[in-house]
Amino acid sequence: MPIEATLGSIGRMNQTVEPSHHHLPAAFMRRLRRILPADGLLQKSTEVAAYECDGLPVYRARPRAVALPRIAAEVGQVLALCAEYQVPVVARGAGTGLSGGALPHPEGIVLSLARMNRILALDPDNRTARLEPGVRNLAVSEAARSHGLFYAPDPSSQIACTIGGNVAENAGGVHCLKYGLTTHNILALKFFDADGALHEIGGPTGEWPLDLAALLTGSEGLLGVVVEATVRLWPKPPSTVAYLAAFRSLEAAAASVSEVVALGLVPAGLELMDGLALSAAQAYTGIAYPEGSAAVVLAEVDGDDLTVALEGERLRAIFTAQGAFAVEQAVSDEDRRRLWLGRKSAFPAVGRLAPDYYCMDGTIPRRSLVAVLTEIGELSRRYGLPVANVFHAGDGNLHPLILYDAAIQGQLEQVEALGADILRLCLVHGGTISGEHGVGVEKLDGMCAQFTAAELATFHALKSAFDPHHLLNPGKAVPTPARCVEAGGMHVHGGHQPFPHLERF
Amino acid sequence: MRDNDDTALLAAAVREAYERAAPVEIIAGGTRREFGRAPTGTPLSVARHAGIVAYDPSEFVVTVRAGTPITELEELLSQEGQVLTVDVPRFGAASTIGGAVAVGLTGPGRPYTGALRDAVLGARIVSGTGEVVRFGGQVLKNVAGFDVSRLMVGAYGTLGLLLDVSVRTARRPEAEEIVRLDRDWPTARVALRGWDSALPLTGACYAGGVLHVRLAGLAARVAEAHRIMGGEIGDAAVFTDLRDLRGAFFDRPGDLWRLMVPPESPWDPEDTVIDWAGAQRFWRVAGDATVVYELAARLRGQAMRLFGGDRSVGPWAIPPPATMALMTRVKAALDPRGILNRGRLYPAW
Repeated sequence: MPIEATLGSIGRMNQTVEPSHHHLPAAFMRRLRRILPADGLLQKSTEVAAYECDGLPVYRARPRAVALPRIAAEVGQVLALCAEYQVPVVARGAGTGLSGGALPHPEGIVLSLARMNRILALDPDNRTARLEPGVRNLAVSEAARSHGLFYAPDPSSQIACTIGGNVAENAGGVHCLKYGLTTHNILALKFFDADGALHEIGGPTGEWPLDLAALLTGSEGLLGVVVEATVRLWPKPPSTVAYLAAFRSLEAAAASVSEVVALGLVPAGLELMDGLALSAAQAYTGIAYPEGSAAVVLAEVDGDDLTVALEGERLRAIFTAQGAFAVEQAVSDEDRRRLWLGRKSAFPAVGRLAPDYYCMDGTIPRRSLVAVLTEIGELSRRYGLPVANVFHAGDGNLHPLILYDAAIQGQLEQVEALGADILRLCLVHGGTISGEHGVGVEKLDGMCAQFTAAELATFHALKSAFDPHHLLNPGKAVPTPARCVEAGGMHVHGGHQPFPHLERF
Repeated sequence: MRDNDDTALLAAAVREAYERAAPVEIIAGGTRREFGRAPTGTPLSVARHAGIVAYDPSEFVVTVRAGTPITELEELLSQEGQVLTVDVPRFGAASTIGGAVAVGLTGPGRPYTGALRDAVLGARIVSGTGEVVRFGGQVLKNVAGFDVSRLMVGAYGTLGLLLDVSVRTARRPEAEEIVRLDRDWPTARVALRGWDSALPLTGACYAGGVLHVRLAGLAARVAEAHRIMGGEIGDAAVFTDLRDLRGAFFDRPGDLWRLMVPPESPWDPEDTVIDWAGAQRFWRVAGDATVVYELAARLRGQAMRLFGGDRSVGPWAIPPPATMALMTRVKAALDPRGILNRGRLYPAW
């Protein structure tokens, strides 16, 4: 099936693409039903409607059916059947992704792993957990808590998002500066390839003749369907202290982050919220930030008491030297929870400021924080669209939130143009178009800017190695050369100069 | 440090090899040639492709050409008070960063400071068709495209000729101390489990009835940790020798294996050194490799033959047919004519 043709039929702006009148073969549906549990196949439009989109609802499409297996063997059989009938499959966890990665294929089925949600084993002595893909991220830490352990990657959707989805997206979170991303916390994977063949890779230390786990992690469901993940658990540090440093300018706050990084400190978390994000969080949660804050930096240090004390003092000194007019400290669990609450609820809080918001996700070198934030401010003024910044400053992962109203004709296009400009900025400063939210359908054109034709061809070749007929989440994550030509075909490798000819992505 | 960019020359050499379907053996310092199986092919040297591509100390990332000797890279980093975040083995002054990434081993710091693959942020390679391609980047978080740069780590150069890699650096610890404690292994293991969340460990190995622990970090913290642990001051060479697979245990002829197992695994074999706080066990065992593979499988772990003995064995057990076929397709995606280090990782590649 030509990938581009199907992508072209995906609905935008709350229009849902209905499945075309060609039905999946009756024999296929019959056999699919036989594989799945009695309540494991959804076909009615009212039932499949909930699967039309993920966390990026501007893209919608209705799948032909939704399969809800309960055990791994069923997943393998579904995939083998889809391979036999050449039916596209979009694997899905909780659907919290932010780049349209779980957008259904209008000619295909959604394979929901949400019901495979058992924690298969917890090994506190070896500090590992063996999980089905539908286990919620937070449930892992909750199960490990009584052993004094936790699972480190903590994306802000952690209450709902699943481990399978985290592997697909290589999810990060506020603590990955110190504890790494999903890819650093996966030890072993069991997955099916597109033909329904089962593979077991990795082991107690994660090592394997070829690091296929690295390839799978962040592959957005294009290479395989994970049915089991063994993850690393970390001992809960004996002591944790969080700091809030308030600044009178965004630039000073950003400069303080660059300084913390440059001095070689590695806090467990290092986040930044600008004035707009602060006022939104304040209105939403009732948390009062220091009067006159134009931006705050949130930092957390953890470890033994001595480390926490020493590193905390260093942090405080840096913040003060960089112009913080107030530095607050939270030691108790309750105080820290309150201090982080504003950050963790920042997206919904900002969401109340306007009918719609668009969350961007790019990474830049930390030295460029001040320059890029300043330029984003200028772009925001030029487009006349407010932008709130609340992001993982310590690892340079920006999340500009563009506020808009989709009901206003043409505004979404304006937002996308602004977003494209922001991503271009990231590339020009030596960064990347996606830090942790993935490419999905959202950033396909951006991929054309970040990678050469030969590099994209390598990605396609790797996809074919796992999925020869391109049935797994086709059309996502890696654009075809044809699309790149259409998108302008421009390439800014590592970009150290402006590229005025790069129109938009 | 030498600064020489051989990209065009190396790409042309691989391109020519691809056109002639003539295999090449990728060599830099030549200090790891005994690792893995014996490859066939004309030697292609990356040794002259050396130097720093980019280094901003404030960013804690360095991009370095593959032929750069590790010791020279470390020398440069130390001028800025920095070190590589991970423990990288080297086998003499000629050992290069490219060779380290290709073989993919990590020293004793592994459980505490991460694996070499964790420190790699990006790589530029010559593919098996002679094309220069870049994956990953110089930033910490990057999910654009498949993670091909990490795939290069430990692939023995069978998936691409490494041109340069971007790796993470860190501030050099203020203090480092080695502590030795007389313990039996089970007791040592229990102690390690208690310490690693609270104390600044950067290495823990067990050999000859002695637990050696490396502490690193803020001076006050290291001193405090030593006080808590007790024991005597040990020898730093224990850890550098272990990292570089050097010393009485390693210098003998014969097969040297490493088993990666859950750290709590029981352990009977004689003639071993335990590293990675229990997760890696070096084993001197001659003869049938299936004995080693079976023990690893029983412990739900893996075994890898390092060097010595019969080069036609390993380095890894052959995975089940479907998975081997998948890996072979991955190999073909990057090296369609199988010209890069042919036979080094698997006989048929």
